[in-house]
Amino acid sequence: MNAPTTDAALRIADLNIQFGALHVVRGISLTVARGQTHGLVGESGCGKSVSALSVMGLLPRGARRTGGAIAFGGTDLARQSERQMARLRGDRIAMIFQEPMTSLNPAYTIGSQMIEVLRRHRGTGRAEAAEAAAAMLARVGVTAPDLRLGQFPHQLSGGLRQRVMIAMALLCSPELLIADEPTTALDVTVQAQILRLLADLKRDFGLAVLLITHDLGIVARVADHVSVMYAGEIVEQAPVASLFAAPSHPYTRGLLASIPVPGKVRRGGVLGSIPGMVPRIAAGFAGCAFRDRCAHAMPACAADVPVRQAASGHSYRCRLVPGWTQAA
Amino acid sequence: MIEAAGLSRVFDQGGGMLGVPRRVVAVDDVSLRLAPGRVLGVVGESGCGKSTLARILLGLLPPTAGSVRIDGRTLAAIDRRERAQLIQPVFQDPMSSLNPRQRIADIVALPLLAQGKACGRERAGRVAEMLERVGLGPDIAARYPGQLSGGQRQRVAIARALAPRPRILICDEPTSALDVSVQAQILNLLAELRAAFGLTIVFISHNLAVVEHIADEVAVMYLGRIVEHGDAEQVFRAPRHPYTRALLASVLTPEPGLGIPDVPLGEGYPDPSQIPPGCRFHPRCPIAIDRCRSEAPARRAVECHLAGEGA
Repeated sequence: MNAPTTDAALRIADLNIQFGALHVVRGISLTVARGQTHGLVGESGCGKSVSALSVMGLLPRGARRTGGAIAFGGTDLARQSERQMARLRGDRIAMIFQEPMTSLNPAYTIGSQMIEVLRRHRGTGRAEAAEAAAAMLARVGVTAPDLRLGQFPHQLSGGLRQRVMIAMALLCSPELLIADEPTTALDVTVQAQILRLLADLKRDFGLAVLLITHDLGIVARVADHVSVMYAGEIVEQAPVASLFAAPSHPYTRGLLASIPVPGKVRRGGVLGSIPGMVPRIAAGFAGCAFRDRCAHAMPACAADVPVRQAASGHSYRCRLVPGWTQAA
Repeated sequence: MIEAAGLSRVFDQGGGMLGVPRRVVAVDDVSLRLAPGRVLGVVGESGCGKSTLARILLGLLPPTAGSVRIDGRTLAAIDRRERAQLIQPVFQDPMSSLNPRQRIADIVALPLLAQGKACGRERAGRVAEMLERVGLGPDIAARYPGQLSGGQRQRVAIARALAPRPRILICDEPTSALDVSVQAQILNLLAELRAAFGLTIVFISHNLAVVEHIADEVAVMYLGRIVEHGDAEQVFRAPRHPYTRALLASVLTPEPGLGIPDVPLGEGYPDPSQIPPGCRFHPRCPIAIDRCRSEAPARRAVECHLAGEGA
């Protein structure tokens, strides 16, 4: 399930991750092109965040990569040493998180943390680094940047902290930005502002963005390509317009039906919901992981599931043949 | 009928070692009235006072001024046992509102025990009935909260709230910690239970799409006040307060091609310890005029000088 792209910044191929006996990421493949945003969407526990951490070489204790390649430029990140990864992180690859305090140190000022990034990766002198840091803060819409450099993270509002984290991530002009639920903790009005900022930065810097989110609304508005993850697998992958115009995997369709949309879903009507719960997948699991919750499941779903093409660049992993949604 | 008249709540925060003492006005002279069987959605961003309002309505926090009445009786004058039969809460995070060391059966039975009415067998019967009502199997009764999924825990919290057969439910962000597919299950369940029990519901949420779906009427809160209150259909179709409009514009529906809305609110983040003079929304308001900076708008359904003037 991999759209061919000539200008790929990141190409994940057949990535597998195990957490003890659990097989949490099962053979995912995706490509993030330069200047594009790839949305990796799914519900909690689907494996989207651990996939992102794996790209960064930051897998938590107990998790290990059991296969796959992660091509970034000319290098396979899966084969880099910890020391080599440390050089790439915060430099050519940057990551931002839901909670800015996970990447900001509460004990240091904004300025000293930003200056440290430039000194470490670029060997920039202190005064020059401070100037660059202030310029980047201004670029991401932080008012009074020189004042902010002297402040501690706790002195800023949530939206400002998020902007500071983004500024810090972009200091070394990364080629790839991994954003894991970057606006989930923010109020809706601030969320819109931050997403606009990310879109501008993507365009201006030619950034490749891998956006991890549970929110199909964000994906629809921000992403160019989408991968829908369920129980460790990508079950559907498509250009954004195609995915929302013709969602083809029963899970994608179930997710979309469960979202209340003002003006679209009848008020007070019954929302679509997906019965049951996500299964835990142990190594050696076979067949479609969604079959126990799927209204269209058949006995054959317990065996290997084919990948089908719904349209150009739009694939889904299901026995149902293209066009089934019209027949159903 | 639940009524709130002139509710205010002020928190005085000590300055600590170095700080200056702060006075936070979390809820500022809020009045509302909700007829039996109706669902009121309360929306607003973090710090707008919506959760403080929920706690006052539940009688968990005394108001600094004003009162809550249920069927004309002051909430403060109703004793705890009777109150449990009138009004019950459902909170955002069931993991922190359910005792992790109690079995589900005991958790759901607790409000019945507090009521002191039902005997052991009757309680067990009611617990089994409530669990079934919220779509949980009888095998759940012997388990602990940590053994359940987030959606199951929220169902337990709802079963516990409904066990004393209250007439009013105060839900504070009941689906915010859940995945969307689970959120849909809980919203469907609440709608079903509302019809079955004739519940009156105050539904507090930051998610406008969810409120639009479930509520009959909507109150939009900003810095402690309800700045717009009206029929849900009307508020969502034709919002009149500029803040309501900005909130609605910020909702990201799953419709590609629409792009990201430009929300013209600026960066001035609202601080409930420093409520601006005049209209409290004026520093972020894209259409504010001079009058908004000095004169507070009249206390009415839409608290805006410009509402109704094509604002």
